[in-house]
Amino acid sequence: MSAHVTIEPPRTGNPGRSRRVRTRKGPGQVTRGNFELYSWLFMRASGVLLVFLVLGHLFIMMVADGGVEKIGFAFVAGRWASPWWQFWDLLQLWLAMLHGANGMRTVINDYADKDRTRAILKGLLYTAAVLTVFLGTLVIFTFDPNIKG
Amino acid sequence: MSTATVQDKVATSASGRAGIEMMTITVRVKRFNPELDSAPRWVDYQVEADPTARILDSLHKIKWEQDGSLTFRRSCAHGVCGSDAMRINGKNRLACKALVKDLNPNKPITVEPIQGLPVLKDLVVDMEPFFQAYRDVKPFLIAHGNEPTRERVQSQTDRDRFDDTTKCILCAACTTSCPVFWTDGQYFGPAAIVNAHRFIFDSRDDAADERLEILNDREGVWRCRTTFNCTEACPRGIQITQAIAEVKRALITRRVI
Repeated sequence: MSAHVTIEPPRTGNPGRSRRVRTRKGPGQVTRGNFELYSWLFMRASGVLLVFLVLGHLFIMMVADGGVEKIGFAFVAGRWASPWWQFWDLLQLWLAMLHGANGMRTVINDYADKDRTRAILKGLLYTAAVLTVFLGTLVIFTFDPNIKG
Repeated sequence: MSTATVQDKVATSASGRAGIEMMTITVRVKRFNPELDSAPRWVDYQVEADPTARILDSLHKIKWEQDGSLTFRRSCAHGVCGSDAMRINGKNRLACKALVKDLNPNKPITVEPIQGLPVLKDLVVDMEPFFQAYRDVKPFLIAHGNEPTRERVQSQTDRDRFDDTTKCILCAACTTSCPVFWTDGQYFGPAAIVNAHRFIFDSRDDAADERLEILNDREGVWRCRTTFNCTEACPRGIQITQAIAEVKRALITRRVI
C-alpha cells in the first residue's frame, strides 16, 4: 500500500523510475545559462546549412557524372586536391556530427528516465561523436593521394 | 412566407428536442484508493445519459446514485474554474465541457486522472508541482518607479499583445499532456510559460527580463519540442505553442515586441 502513486504516462510503465518532480529550488540549484539557447539556435542554423551541403554532396556522389560507379580512391583524391571540397567536407562533417549529437542529446534527455541510464547513454554518444569528428578531420587534413606511401 | 419557415423550424426543433432519447453509456473510470489499492484499477459504470449532456453529469450520476466514494474535483462546472481537467477517451479535457455525443457513446468512455502528477485518490491529483512551476515564473505584476495616482493606462493594442495568454484557467490540461513534462517533472511546462508570457508581453510590467532569465533555465522554454499536445489540449483554445515560441524569440533577440 503506497500513499503516493503517479499514474504513469502512456509511453512507459516503469513504476520504479526516478521521475524528477518539480520542487521549490534552493540556492545553488538554479540551472540557468545560455547553453540551451545557443544549442537551440545552432540546431536551426546548422540545419539550414546542412540542407544545402548534404543535398549537394548526395548529388555529386550519386547523380552527377555517371552516379556511384565513378566513386573510387582516384575520385576522392581528385576532389580533396581542391581546398574548396576539403572545406565543404570538413564543414559538413562538423555540422552533421554536432547537429546529430545535439539532437540525440535532447532525445536522451527526453526519454532516459534514470540518472544512470542518462549518464551512460550520453557518455557513449559524446565518445562516438568526438571520435568520428576527430578521425574525419584527421583524414581530411592528412590525406595523401600517393597510395604507395 | 418567411414567417411560415420560422414556424416550421421551431416546430421541427421542438419535436426533435422531445424526440431525444436518453441512452445508456458505459463510463470506465480509473480508480485508485490509496488506503486499499496498491495500483489503480478500471471500474465500469452504466449510466443513463442525455447525449447532449456532459461527462461531468455522468460522473455526478455515478457519485450520487451508484458509488458515493468516487472522488473528483469540480467547482463551477461550467468551464471557467479549471478544476475538472481529466483524461477522457485518451485526451485531456474538462469534464464539464466534454459532451457525451462527441465521445462515441457506443464504446465505453474512459475517464482517467491527468497524467504525470501524483494521484491522491481516483481522479484527484496533487497539483503542487504544477503550481510550483507557476509560482516560479512570478505570475504577478512587477512595476518599478512611481506609483501612478490612478490606474496604469494601457492602449488597446498593448492589451491585445498578450490577450490570448490571459485566458488561462490553470486547469493543467496542457502541462499534463506534454510528453516532455511526462518524463521530466522539472520542466516548467506549458501552463507556467503561458502565464509568464502574460506578464512578459504586458506593457505595464517591468520584469520581463527577470522572467525571461527564469525561463532560460535548462528546464525552461528550450525543452519544448513543439509537439502541439498542449495547444490541442487547451480547453480555452490558447495558442500555447505560439506563446512558447514568442518567449523563445524574445530570449534570442532580448526584445519584447
